[in-house]
Amino acid sequence: MTTATEAVGDRPAPPPEDLDRPRPSGPRPWRSRLYRWDVRYSPYAFVAPFFLFFSAFGVFPLLYTGWASLHRVELATPDQLEWVGLHNYARLLGDDFFWNALRNTFTIGVLSTVPQLLMALGLAHLLHYRLRAAAFWRVALLTPYATSVAAATLVFVLLYGRDYGMVNWALGAVGVGPVDWQNSTWSAQLAVSSIVIWRWTGYNALIYLAAMQAVPAELYESAALDGASRAQQFRYVTVPALRQTILFTVVVSTIGATQLFGEPLLFGGAGGQKGGASHQFQTLGLYLYEQGWFNFHLGRASAVAWTMFLILLLIGAVNLLIARGLRKSR
Amino acid sequence: MRRRFRTPPRRMAAVTAVAALGTVLFGACARDGGGVESAGEGPGGGGRRTTVTVGTFGVFGYRQAGLYAEYERLHPEITIKESVIERNDAYYPQLLTHLAAGGGLSDIQAVEVGNIHDVATTQADRFVDLSRAAGVRADTWLDWKWAQATSPDGRTIGLGTDIGPIAVCYRKDLFAKAGLPTDREGVGRLWAGDWRKFLDTGRAYRRRAPAGTVFTDSAAGIYNASVHGYAERYYDRRGRRVHARSPAVRESWNLAVRAARDGLTARLKQFEKPWDQAYANGRFATVACPPWMLGYIKEKTGPAGEDKWDIAPAPRPANWGGSFITVPKAARHRKQAVALAIWLTAPEQQAKLFERQASIPSTPASYAMPQVRDARNPYFGDAPTGRIFSAAALSVPRLVIGPHEQQIGTAFTDVGIPQVEQQGRSPGAAWKAVQKEIHNAVDE
Repeated sequence: MTTATEAVGDRPAPPPEDLDRPRPSGPRPWRSRLYRWDVRYSPYAFVAPFFLFFSAFGVFPLLYTGWASLHRVELATPDQLEWVGLHNYARLLGDDFFWNALRNTFTIGVLSTVPQLLMALGLAHLLHYRLRAAAFWRVALLTPYATSVAAATLVFVLLYGRDYGMVNWALGAVGVGPVDWQNSTWSAQLAVSSIVIWRWTGYNALIYLAAMQAVPAELYESAALDGASRAQQFRYVTVPALRQTILFTVVVSTIGATQLFGEPLLFGGAGGQKGGASHQFQTLGLYLYEQGWFNFHLGRASAVAWTMFLILLLIGAVNLLIARGLRKSR
Repeated sequence: MRRRFRTPPRRMAAVTAVAALGTVLFGACARDGGGVESAGEGPGGGGRRTTVTVGTFGVFGYRQAGLYAEYERLHPEITIKESVIERNDAYYPQLLTHLAAGGGLSDIQAVEVGNIHDVATTQADRFVDLSRAAGVRADTWLDWKWAQATSPDGRTIGLGTDIGPIAVCYRKDLFAKAGLPTDREGVGRLWAGDWRKFLDTGRAYRRRAPAGTVFTDSAAGIYNASVHGYAERYYDRRGRRVHARSPAVRESWNLAVRAARDGLTARLKQFEKPWDQAYANGRFATVACPPWMLGYIKEKTGPAGEDKWDIAPAPRPANWGGSFITVPKAARHRKQAVALAIWLTAPEQQAKLFERQASIPSTPASYAMPQVRDARNPYFGDAPTGRIFSAAALSVPRLVIGPHEQQIGTAFTDVGIPQVEQQGRSPGAAWKAVQKEIHNAVDE
């Protein structure tokens, strides 16, 4: 947003033909005034549609959710708001289900983000070499990203089935007993994380690849001349050059992990909003959904939504600090 | 992002175009749905036709049974349009928001039994009182069905469609291998009158069970079948919440827990993929089945199960599921909608629907009609489904329904029972988890 307003606020320099200067005769001054207005105000008109839509579908719901979170609102009567102040937030502090969801969101986030980014970095490194059919590999990496969450998750649910799943069948072939993936905390969280990893690794790999291609080849050449192996080149040339990009992907993945919803919902099958019988893989997104759309407490759901928003702001602030630190250290 | 750009003269035109596009898009958001008056040519030749819209969840079967077509034939001025949302948990919240907004509603809206109490008590003034509509007589319906859709001040906002009296579907082939009787009277006698006898049969089955099979599909299935046979479950007649101490819950919980701990269940969650796969693999020998489940069983077991399943009466009569249709006051064509709702739920039409869809009518007069009385299901060994289910329907007690019915029910079936059955937690801990879950859900 800030870049957009900056660009708009920056008044373009007058064109060289001096059209701006008032002329003494006829319709000239009027036209030039029109022209000046055009130059000055049209950019606002161009960005206006975005802001109109953003305020209707972004800002307004955000503010209204905040307003609703200070009330007792039930889905049966969403037009009746009963003021309760900060009760919904205070309630969350003592709500075991909320803390459980926060914990799950964090652990699933770590379990999915860390391996995902490491693997993406490695894959990007491999793709950076001269390969046969490079375009094919790159497109292949992006295909999981192009499949829908629902379709992918339903396939994973079948793979992770307790009685007839392929994963257990493969485990059985090497003599490991069947795992009830959904019903123990760690196995369920691993399974959900694996869906996220599968979907997003290729996407991040392509971002890394793009950044790698911007690293000047001379750096690698001189490193090679100095006798650096490929692993050393990766460690001492590629990774430092990619710091900003890595930070970007970390932030985007963290935001994605905080909002994780579709994968655990569908992994849970019928009644998936509970995230398992012991809520063992219920994320904040699912808890919000359960409170709002199954227990019909919209006020409480709004409070969860705003808490998630505040958490994201916190992550954004931390990101800003780190980014500033990185810039200084360079 | 500092950039200088030349300004082509056509820019103003572009701005206007963008602004116009924006207006159009916003305008498009403002108008949606609703009944449509179409000046089409009816079969009667010309004239305006009224389109009555029907909103349902899942498969009600009106269209499939040809009832809409028949009604349109009888009333050439009417066209019926149905919109369906697959699952009730997506359908019902949308219905609530539409009701609050007073728009986007169909002329007829279906409501599931788990939600009917909330709608009747909190939303009654947004619906047409159908008990006052011409041609509606309360005694056409089973009394408990009629009472469920009636508000505390006596307004009836929904007409009963189908109900879900419970029987037990069992695999004859597996029963024979386990040395149990296979004819439906004999099987029914094994457990008549008491779900505990059902568990005894399960233990007998377990002693001689064919390899790889267990007695029943899930502990939650037993819980549902048992708990829905009591008049007072989560609420008593005076409207007080009694979910922690009512005999219905206590008894059903104990049954489910015992079945789980004795290994009589396949540890499956109903309506999930593994459950479907277990049907195809013949993994369990019994399942408590309301009539609406028969089609599901047939589809999932496939042709290999032909004549292997049969149906016996449940230990105690119970009702699981069923629906109502309502007419919101904000309906565009209220008068026509009321007439259609009455016609669709009349005994004759419910009998026809049973013939096509196996939905048991909530109108006792239907039971004597040949479509119901003589109905047999060839897939289930020619079981007289009409007689079995209508006999159960007539002995179902007058069920008391309260608010949060669904949230409380799922706390038992989706949290407590699976914790014992699938996660091996102690019944005491699981019971506590259920109470905590309910406390969080009902917000009091």
